Amino acid sequence: MADFLKSSTSSGASQAERKQQIMQSVRSEIALSNAQELITTTNDKCFAKCILKPSTSLSSSEETCLTRCLDRYMEAFNIVSRTYVSRLSKERLEAQANGTSTLS
Amino acid sequence: MDKFDDATQKELQTFLEQEQAHSRVQTAVHKLTGICWDKCITGTPSTSFGRGEAACMANCVERFLDTSLFMVRKVAEQRQAQQ
Repeated sequence: MADFLKSSTSSGASQAERKQQIMQSVRSEIALSNAQELITTTNDKCFAKCILKPSTSLSSSEETCLTRCLDRYMEAFNIVSRTYVSRLSKERLEAQANGTSTLS
Repeated sequence: MDKFDDATQKELQTFLEQEQAHSRVQTAVHKLTGICWDKCITGTPSTSFGRGEAACMANCVERFLDTSLFMVRKVAEQRQAQQ
């Protein structure tokens, strides 16, 4: 984590290269934490939905349920993302129009 | 290692601020997905969303944000009434 804080990055690298390295590390850190968040929540939500009575192993119907649940959760995430982002830009336009801020 | 020049520092600062803003949106989307999933997706997951489930997810987001605005307005009103 936070590789970009180490000064070990090749001292010969130009400023532009080091800048790109920093940006790249930040982007991948964020992507990683997003993926982790998604894995943790899908695990919780889909376990609750699909594993009703835990037995000695996952049954094939449980695995089918988990697969579908994961797909639906991703779909739900995308719907929420689209709706939230378009609402944000709508609120921002309105706030610009009447000079007040509504949603942060 | 040399320090970044002013222009690069400024560029990095802008970049980080943008990423932070983007991150805040992502965090909200994660949270809302969890809340609305619990409200809208009641049956066993199938190969596609059931009737109304997708619409429920979108409505859930809109109404959550309406609720947030409503609460802020109510609290402000109550504070004003007390003064």
